[in-house]
Amino acid sequence: MTALTADVAGPTTLDADLPPGPVDGPEAGDPGPVGPSGAHLVLRRVGAVGLKVLGPFLVACGFVAIWYGVTYLALPDHQRFLLPPPHEVVTDGFLDAQTRSELISGLWSTTRVATLGLLLAFTLGSFFAIFLAQARWIERSFYPYAVILQTIPVLALTPLVGLWFGFNFRSRVLICLILALFPIITNTLFGLRSTAKAHHELFTLHDSGRWTRLVRLQLPSALPAIFTGLRISAGLSVIGAIVADFFFRQGEKGIGRLLDVYRSQLASDKLIAAVICSAALGVAVFLVITALSNRVLRSWHDSATHRS
Amino acid sequence: MASPTSTALADRAPADRAPADRAPAADDGPVLRFEQVAKVFPDGTEAVAACDLAVHPGELVSIVGPSGCGKSTLLRIAAGLDVATSGTVEVDRSNIGYVFQDANLLPWRTVRRNVELFLQLRDVPKAERSERVERALATVGLTEFADHHPAALSGGMRMRASLARSLTLDPPVFLFDEPFGSVDEITRERLNEELLALFGKLRFGGLFVTHSVYEAVFLATHVAVMSARPGCIVDVIDVPFGYPRSADLRHEPEFARITGQVSKALRSVHR
Repeated sequence: MTALTADVAGPTTLDADLPPGPVDGPEAGDPGPVGPSGAHLVLRRVGAVGLKVLGPFLVACGFVAIWYGVTYLALPDHQRFLLPPPHEVVTDGFLDAQTRSELISGLWSTTRVATLGLLLAFTLGSFFAIFLAQARWIERSFYPYAVILQTIPVLALTPLVGLWFGFNFRSRVLICLILALFPIITNTLFGLRSTAKAHHELFTLHDSGRWTRLVRLQLPSALPAIFTGLRISAGLSVIGAIVADFFFRQGEKGIGRLLDVYRSQLASDKLIAAVICSAALGVAVFLVITALSNRVLRSWHDSATHRS
Repeated sequence: MASPTSTALADRAPADRAPADRAPAADDGPVLRFEQVAKVFPDGTEAVAACDLAVHPGELVSIVGPSGCGKSTLLRIAAGLDVATSGTVEVDRSNIGYVFQDANLLPWRTVRRNVELFLQLRDVPKAERSERVERALATVGLTEFADHHPAALSGGMRMRASLARSLTLDPPVFLFDEPFGSVDEITRERLNEELLALFGKLRFGGLFVTHSVYEAVFLATHVAVMSARPGCIVDVIDVPFGYPRSADLRHEPEFARITGQVSKALRSVHR
């Protein structure tokens, strides 16, 4: 089949859709010959990147400066151990061979626990959300308990889980799972429920069943919400791994145990180094999820096309 | 509440015949018929009251009326998206081309995959799918943009993609729900001309809901005038122009006379 009519087919149709605007003739462009030259553009781009890097860098400098100020000016000599200066955190925490290897193996242990917990939470949470989305009465029957699960303090749950299942890897993962499950469930459910009505009608026109709707419509349209849940849960999963580790005081030494040990030794420099490590882990997980989300949603969703 | 009975026209041929076979035939019986169709919403609003209307093969009937007069509701009832409170709708629901207000494309799919959607939902085999998709894309002139996502397209191109999506199933009856209401005037005229060319070639039976009298007259074989809520077809005006129609038809005195007649009919039922 050929195009509708010769004059409207092909690239000319593009022009027809553009809003009518001023024609760029030689006299129409007001910047004239002094338009943005190549060198200008390069400078502007360097400027933009510079601003992006320079701002955060200056804030970091300011933060370190305040830190030094508190350590040397605000604290009297006998209390200086409470907040050792940044360079001591680096030398005693990150450059000291023994502490460094403790931190690295602790990070590795915590990362494994948190990652497995998150993966489990994602799998179970998504399936549970899909199950809840099948009917209002199912949602009404189960959802309150999902909320309650969320309100139980981890601190209360941690010793119980340890007692029941042992103070081992499995229990740590379980605590991560419990902590990370709820945001996945709510966000996925929200995503599945908020599919546009008009989009549903496309499927209604063709008598599509539940399965087709779920796979071809609801899940893809829920992806942005699913990633939101995943991002929140990733952070919670790291916290879960650290909290479990902190309270178990047994088994493999993760970052949580190190925090506890350094605290009891009053080794503030190592303690701060461990805190920085756990924060870095949280940031790393967040960045991984954000990168994944941008990759998947890049082509169509606003959240990924206009970077936030 | 009486439930509506929708009887599929038994003698309708399967969907996948070639468009060339579909010559306009007046004695074929209507492809779409409303008989005393009424719709009362659950909140008590009377949207449509006792509508009678028939669309025969090769007829493109425009329904004009102001916003909120129930013309979209009538269309939705025909498509099965809404259920009539009483009355009968006769239409073969197994293959209706429904063109939504605001293109209604799935943003995560490329244009090509959007156009493919209905074929997928109808379980058309893959090899045949791609052939029909490419043909529909070529028909609306979107082949070059097939791999773009809807967000990257202009409003007019999105409407073309939406049209192509319906074309893939080659339906004998098309329902248009104010499809060009949200594009600018120039694009709208262009899309009207394209649709006209398409109709001239395929001669499907069509129902075209719009609030623009000019659009209604320019496209249709008949213009149905709808009264205010509860909506009711109060007049059907024949449009005496044949097909193909030239874009300049809009500037002819006879065109002005018909639009004047439609406007007058509209004004007499809307204060």
